[in-house]
Amino acid sequence: MALRSASTQLLGRAGLLPAAVCNAFHRCMSTSDKFSVEVLPFKAHRIEPPNNVVETSIDELVGMYELMYKMRRMEIAADMMYKAKLIRGFCHLYDGQEAVMTGIEAALTKEDAVITSYRDHCQHLSRGGTVKEVMAELMGKRDGASKGLGGSMHMYNRQANFYGGNGIVGAQIPLGAGLAFALKYQKKPNVAIAMYGDGAANQGQKYEALNMAGLWNLPVIFVCENNHYGMGTAEWRAAKSSTFYTRGDYIPGLKVDGMDVLAVKKSMEFAKAYALEHGPIIMEMDTYRYHGHSMSDPGSTYRTRDEISTMRQERDPVERVRKLLLAKGYDAAAIKAMEKSVKKEVDTAVEEGKAAATPPNEWLWRNVYVAPANMDMRTVEGTYVQPTYDPTYSS
Amino acid sequence: MDSNDKALVFGEDVAFGGVFRCTVGLLERYGRRCFNTPLCEQGIVGFGIGLATQGYTPIAEIQFADYIYPAFDQLVNEAAKYRYRSGGTFTAGGLTVRAPYGAVGHGGHYHSQSVESFFTHVPGLKVVVPSSPAQAKGLLLSCIQDPDPCIFFEPKMLYRTSVEEVPVGEYTIPLGQAQMLREGADITLIGWGAQVHVLAQAAQAVADADGISCEVLDLRTLLPWDVQAVTASVNKTGRLLVSHEAPLSSGFGAELVAEVSRRCFLRLEAPPVRVCGSDTPFPLVFEPLYLPGVERVVDAIRATVRF
Repeated sequence: MALRSASTQLLGRAGLLPAAVCNAFHRCMSTSDKFSVEVLPFKAHRIEPPNNVVETSIDELVGMYELMYKMRRMEIAADMMYKAKLIRGFCHLYDGQEAVMTGIEAALTKEDAVITSYRDHCQHLSRGGTVKEVMAELMGKRDGASKGLGGSMHMYNRQANFYGGNGIVGAQIPLGAGLAFALKYQKKPNVAIAMYGDGAANQGQKYEALNMAGLWNLPVIFVCENNHYGMGTAEWRAAKSSTFYTRGDYIPGLKVDGMDVLAVKKSMEFAKAYALEHGPIIMEMDTYRYHGHSMSDPGSTYRTRDEISTMRQERDPVERVRKLLLAKGYDAAAIKAMEKSVKKEVDTAVEEGKAAATPPNEWLWRNVYVAPANMDMRTVEGTYVQPTYDPTYSS
Repeated sequence: MDSNDKALVFGEDVAFGGVFRCTVGLLERYGRRCFNTPLCEQGIVGFGIGLATQGYTPIAEIQFADYIYPAFDQLVNEAAKYRYRSGGTFTAGGLTVRAPYGAVGHGGHYHSQSVESFFTHVPGLKVVVPSSPAQAKGLLLSCIQDPDPCIFFEPKMLYRTSVEEVPVGEYTIPLGQAQMLREGADITLIGWGAQVHVLAQAAQAVADADGISCEVLDLRTLLPWDVQAVTASVNKTGRLLVSHEAPLSSGFGAELVAEVSRRCFLRLEAPPVRVCGSDTPFPLVFEPLYLPGVERVVDAIRATVRF
């Protein structure tokens, strides 16, 4: 780490030199330099855990912070839009859990497949979607991620191998095993991530999927986002064993501090390497959701407000990264500027969503079947409609 | 719960009152007899069947009817057939399964489905659907006391919108009996659950506008359904319209129309008509387009009467 003069610092800030961060003692480093951070040690089941030292850089942290901050602002905007009745239906928010998906993305590529539950707005974002697509979809507009036809729980991205977005609890887990099978069959160096919650961890189909994955050594990482409540039921009241990372029995598992994006990243890098070589592994992410299960749930009838506010004060994932950046000498003004730009993006997305058009009525009859011949659909009155097939929704 | 100490209420999140507040207060009053289960529909119903065979009266809740499918195997293959296959040794008759069903305005694909027709096809089960608070209490108590396994679908749209004086104290409404909500002469309208109110509105609309006199029947029990009441009504009016939210093809309306056509063939003045949900998955933003609303029912009434 070389000392730099004031003039080189200025040049650095103007973007004419590689970016530099300097702490109070004017010891500077490049934003791409790696440094180590210690995270909470991992708990392990039937496997030797990785060490708890994570390498990162300012550049990486800034990227993570921007994504997490965007997720946070987007979910808060969704909350407000829901209360304003611009978003209706069932809306499950992810704020508090941002570190999990952000950390996962840091360890993966878009060639790896991801599938999750209905709490999927931020997964859509991290897999390359835009805030505008999410907002429009929530409002049921045709500019939305699923053309307004799926809603909050059904967002997908083919290019980024994001398989949604699933409404029925636990149904996505066997699907994840299937995704992994396909990847292995095609000999791709990629894994499938099947995400689910502590409530879903008690579903029978999860164990069916674990058994198949274990039997055939599928490269699937089962990620349990343990936010400690299955809707209104606390984990200790729903599960005999709430050490979800051990519930795979013969399948190894790790328990990770899901509020720390660097811990998630390290553990997922380890998991990907493991899955590609050996087969399935379970990752339990210890995380928390600030909102209730959905916007229909106040979230306070089964837990105390103290618990929620303590979590916000002590373990907020977004705040943690912000503090780390500042401690490493990153410019607070740059953070503010980025936050401002994110807020603007979210506000613009909301306005654009409001102004966007709803899907045309003809789309009710579209894409139920591929070959519409002889598949005339009967309408409400019993008349017949020729259904159409056009997955591009070109008109 | 008071009169039967073998009655148990369980399901996902019921202890704090449930997502529609149906079980509020039960935990405080009955303690261990009202409890939460983990998230496992197949397990919940299977567990309930096991209890029922021991002579208990399990009242299992499935949080939304859309989630009942994992339990479908247990209901069809275990609950419905227990007595039949065991030569009378055991029965799962004490079991009652409750589930909120139907459109609610914004429920989308997985919080709006009408699933009754999957179960009306299963000999051994009973399928019951109330249309108002007083009906709900009487019919639910009948289901609980009924010696066969019953599935009780509660129209979630009516939880908040339906207000009625409900008699305090115990009373039952017999299963297998329809109720006439409006007497009429020109056409019989049959529905259940929330759709009954749509039919009532349509009946009033055509009475005011066209002088058509509709007889409105609330079926209340779908399996077994009140053949006597329905045929008596159609024999009187000569016309039948059945309406349900579930998709048209192979919906329960098909059973009603087939049987009525056979029994009342010579009396019918017009082909029986069904006004039902479209043959698509329950949509998100297209809900008003999908549902059999008042206007569509009115159109069908007029077309049938003028046949």
